Amino acid sequence: MTPRQKRMATVAAILVGVGIATAFALQAFNKNLLYYYSPTQIHAGEAPEARSIRVGGLVENGSVQREVGSLEVRFTLTDFANTVGVSYTGILPDLFREGQGIIARGKMRDDGVFIAEEVLAKHDENYMPPEVKDSLKPHMDAAQASNQGAGT
Amino acid sequence: MWLWLHKLGSPPHAYRLLGKMAPWFGWPALALILLATWWGLAWAPRDYQQGDAFRLLYVHAPSAWMSMFTYVVMAVAAGIGMIWRIKLAHAAAASCAPIGASFTFLALATGSIWGKPMWGTWWVWDARLTSELILLFLYLGYMALRSSFDDPQRADRASAVLAIVGVINVPIIHYSVEWWTTLHQPASVTKLDKPSIAIEMLYPLFIMMLGFQLYFGWAISRRLRGEILRRERNAKWLKEST
Repeated sequence: MTPRQKRMATVAAILVGVGIATAFALQAFNKNLLYYYSPTQIHAGEAPEARSIRVGGLVENGSVQREVGSLEVRFTLTDFANTVGVSYTGILPDLFREGQGIIARGKMRDDGVFIAEEVLAKHDENYMPPEVKDSLKPHMDAAQASNQGAGT
Repeated sequence: MWLWLHKLGSPPHAYRLLGKMAPWFGWPALALILLATWWGLAWAPRDYQQGDAFRLLYVHAPSAWMSMFTYVVMAVAAGIGMIWRIKLAHAAAASCAPIGASFTFLALATGSIWGKPMWGTWWVWDARLTSELILLFLYLGYMALRSSFDDPQRADRASAVLAIVGVINVPIIHYSVEWWTTLHQPASVTKLDKPSIAIEMLYPLFIMMLGFQLYFGWAISRRLRGEILRRERNAKWLKEST
């Protein structure tokens, strides 16, 4: 091997080696890299119960109830397969509304209600002007109801 | 072909060529960025959900894209410099780092400003945001490593290894939103599917991306010229030309 080929092999070895090491490391940490669990995963018992976790899903239409005289809000998160009831006291982000993707951080109470300490709105990748949204609305509702998997 | 490459690799030739190229990048970049800024701020329609706040996208997405693009350029230049022992390639890699770090910082800052009203938080440790932050640290680490050597040749070689190792992070940033659940939304434009962004909002974004790309061309030409001057400060050709 000429010195140049040797250096080429070194660079290739670095890339392959680091690539494989990273792939294994990410594989090992896969669970920890998930930012949130879906309601289905929670029902299947995949989420740890003792510590604080995040649940992500869409706010079910018609499920938002505000407590009179306090900041408490109760709503249901759904991934169209399972649902989780959430209770939160505090200020909600601007994008919070029914049908919106939401990520709540908190703990599961014994009665199955998720007590959120923090509620974040997850924006989706769609950008469009309001007129387009209005004209799409009937189709989108139908499509959403039929093909949504995990809440995004 | 080889002769041409050799000529390109010679500092005096590259210095003159870069000087001629810079304005051809700089002026179109300025024109396109101004056009895209005006188009994006004044012409493009409001978003149905985010209102006017979505306009940060026109800075955020191109700088995030450029932060990754610059890193790949830097790593490829470092690799070429390492394999073929071309000093100019090492100089090019060194010139990339501050530009890339600035793009990364801009992407993180605009994302944070957008995140506060939209998500409800400045920062979360999800896979996308964390990997982009690691990219910033890679750039900073690369620059710190370079400056810790007095001998430019040793600085070149040591920092090239870091640049090549770090390139693994680029696909991780890009696919983080698909491999894991993140707060950050998936890609709207850089995917095989049709873009999930309305066409009248997309035009200024493309113009801005092109403008940023040309700006990179301008910035790298200028920086690389400076880097050549610094490295060749005692060379004969420089004294002759002044």
